[in-house]
Amino acid sequence: MPSKLKVIWIDAVTCYGCTHSFLNYKEISSLFEKIDFRYHPIFYSEKFEVQSCDLLIVEGALKLNFPRMGYVLNDLVSKLFFKADKVLALGTCAVYGGIFGEGLMFNKENKGHYYRCKNKIINLPGCPPHPDWIAYVLDMISENKKILLDEFNRPKDIFAYTSHMGCTRNEYFEWKIDAENFGTKEGCLFYNQGCQGPYTHSSCNKVLWNEVSSKPRVGTPCFGCTEANFPKDNLFNTDTFMGIPANIPLGVSKRAYLTLSGIAKSLNNERLAGKLIECKENNEN
Amino acid sequence: MKLYYNNTKKGAKVSKEEKKELIMKTALNLFADQGFYNTTIADIAKAMDMSVGNVYNYFPSKESLAKELLIYSSKRFGDEIRKINEMDIHSKEKIKKIVELYFNISINEPELVDYFMRVYLSNKEIFANGCEGMLCVSAFVTEIMIFFEEGVRRKELKNQDFFAAFGLFMGYIGGLAFLNKEGILSKNLIDYVKPVSENIYNALKA
Repeated sequence: MPSKLKVIWIDAVTCYGCTHSFLNYKEISSLFEKIDFRYHPIFYSEKFEVQSCDLLIVEGALKLNFPRMGYVLNDLVSKLFFKADKVLALGTCAVYGGIFGEGLMFNKENKGHYYRCKNKIINLPGCPPHPDWIAYVLDMISENKKILLDEFNRPKDIFAYTSHMGCTRNEYFEWKIDAENFGTKEGCLFYNQGCQGPYTHSSCNKVLWNEVSSKPRVGTPCFGCTEANFPKDNLFNTDTFMGIPANIPLGVSKRAYLTLSGIAKSLNNERLAGKLIECKENNEN
Repeated sequence: MKLYYNNTKKGAKVSKEEKKELIMKTALNLFADQGFYNTTIADIAKAMDMSVGNVYNYFPSKESLAKELLIYSSKRFGDEIRKINEMDIHSKEKIKKIVELYFNISINEPELVDYFMRVYLSNKEIFANGCEGMLCVSAFVTEIMIFFEEGVRRKELKNQDFFAAFGLFMGYIGGLAFLNKEGILSKNLIDYVKPVSENIYNALKA
């Protein structure tokens, strides 16, 4: 039997949400058969010591002069970083800095302290990252399989998507029909309610949360928690310039998007204008 | 009757696309002049020195011709406003250029503005099937949206409801063009570019 993957999971400045998310992975016991957690702040592990490992997982942000286990946090991360074969920056705080500080490879949208060492870093943003995403990375590394990464070192299998893809409100998005109130079943949340799904990289509507749902599916906007500028102010409001969304879906020019969306909105899709359950379809052409 | 666009030399080769454009320009004049319902395909054919049947080879109906003209007019305005949008100048200057553009077209190609006001806005039933919503006017409206959006993004214009701003801008200059056409204005339309632009800017500025 091949040896287990030696992992050190270190808690930087964190709320432990990433650990919490990982504990929700439904096949977690099978992962423990492949992984030897040399240190984890919550799981049972041996007394911490600085040592080499196959994979260093950093949960949380870097911060100057922050004490951790008898070390200064940034010094501790540095010692572990250079002894590890690979490093997983876990969660938006470890990737970009998030709420608490700086990330490893990035400081918000700028290059971070470890940018020059990016060849050994895998970034898995999210607040928190989905448990399946964490398991995917651990499984691929333990099986010695190559993970395709994008230009921000995020696994393409997860972050090539936007959270818009697979959203059950996409028909409303197509016809530019707003959700007028928070929490309704009908309507798209992109135009007024602050949804960042069309330009947020994640697979939240493809790999569902608790296997059943996602924020937009239950009427809450995507907060863009996998992106460098998370969290923005005013999460329940869409930033607009003269009524036009300040951020538009990825992959098209503003002119192309406005042409398409302006036409779609002006066509007034009657079927989707009210509650679906009360709709009487008229298929006359 | 004014000269329509049948001024190609007899026997000169005209491509199918060119011929189609000539029919559209002739129809644009006639529709703007006489109205949609008072103009027949036969009138257009006569002005073009063509047979009625031949006009139908280019456009299957008078309605389809009217729709293509709407797309054409919208694109004419849209293309010109796009050039202004792509200039690296302050929104105040852009407003002046858009007003100038609109007034110049009102003076030099009045049929374009007349067509929009007297045919499109007054006879929406002609356009009910195939030109619904913004389908045929999106080239123009999109550029106006971009003008407003970029003005707000650059903090030069006030962030407000799109239609409140759109109505103020287009309603104002459309109204002036209408008054000019009615012969009511005391000065030449082009003399109003400066005061009208300033009023629009003052109403929209951040």
